[in-house]
Amino acid sequence: MSEYFRPTTDYRLLIAFLLISLMLPGCFSNNRHQGERLYAQHCASCHGDQGQGLARLVPPLAGSDYLVDHRAELPCLLRQGQKEVIVVNGVGYHNVMPGNKALSPAQLTNLLNYIESHWGNEAAPRTIRDVQQQLDSCRVP
Amino acid sequence: MLKRFFLLPALAASLFTGCTGPETNTVAQLPILGEREVKPRADGGPADTIFATVPAFRLTDQAGQVITNKTFAGRAYIADFFFATCPGICPKMQGELLKVYSKYAKDPRVVFLSHTIDPAHDTLPVLRDYAQRLGITDASRWHFATTGAHGEPTAKDTVFQLARAYFTAAQPDKEAPGGFAHNGTFALVDDLGHIRGLYDSLNPKEVDRLLAELPTLLAEIDARKAKPVASIQ
Repeated sequence: MSEYFRPTTDYRLLIAFLLISLMLPGCFSNNRHQGERLYAQHCASCHGDQGQGLARLVPPLAGSDYLVDHRAELPCLLRQGQKEVIVVNGVGYHNVMPGNKALSPAQLTNLLNYIESHWGNEAAPRTIRDVQQQLDSCRVP
Repeated sequence: MLKRFFLLPALAASLFTGCTGPETNTVAQLPILGEREVKPRADGGPADTIFATVPAFRLTDQAGQVITNKTFAGRAYIADFFFATCPGICPKMQGELLKVYSKYAKDPRVVFLSHTIDPAHDTLPVLRDYAQRLGITDASRWHFATTGAHGEPTAKDTVFQLARAYFTAAQPDKEAPGGFAHNGTFALVDDLGHIRGLYDSLNPKEVDRLLAELPTLLAEIDARKAKPVASIQ
């Protein structure tokens, strides 16, 4: 008798499992490609679709030594902008980059992780906690 | 039933080709944009159509050379409006124009002209630096020009007015990145000063259209030069 019912309970389990797996995506926001979207929205018109920059006017992000050498400063740079002369791959640039104070630490994390893992860039992924800590120690402009 | 579906468009298509048939022998031409004026002739003959031209302008480019409409007489040019510190659409726009330029850098039949809409900041040294950084070494091929080389108080108004003449929206806007709102229109101007095409530089398809239409205009200008009589109006 009990053997007869077992398949039924299995079905119930299966249905419950299916229901949960259907509901799971609702638990996550659509942040999977947030970094890519933020890049297209805020960065690409100057730095280019492929992070290539523009001649000697806008520094490249693709294969940029600056990203590696100044890794810890990048969250502050994005938030506060950059007005100084900046040397990237041996070339000096002096255009002003506006900062963006509206981006949250999570958004900055996704954006930096996108930039640092594309176009030949291969940095270790950042966590939101790292970025938050680096933002906390931004120099007051 | 299904047949009717195919028959109707086929019929329509054959009608349309019937209309355009006689024109297939002539070379395709770009339209002349802008208002046109119809002037009755004093002798009662057929009225003349006066096509709009770019208004008279006087600019100074990064090499300190004065440039006017005459600088471009007999040649095509592509005009746009930018400013050196623009963090918005300018790098994208100038990057696209650089692509077009690189294809025609050695073709004297077409010249490039970028106007600054921030003459107070973009002095001649700033424009020179900008051009060099973009890789433009010959100012006579791509002019980066200002209406305010001598600190003219009306420089800004002049360039905004000029922008309107090229169908480019440009105006000061505190909300916009960099302090100016403008769109990234490329205007293609012919050897007689008529605007023959407008292209949104932010749309890759539009830039492709410019690349496709430019040879058509150059062919028309070549033909005009081959027949000097035709250019007298």
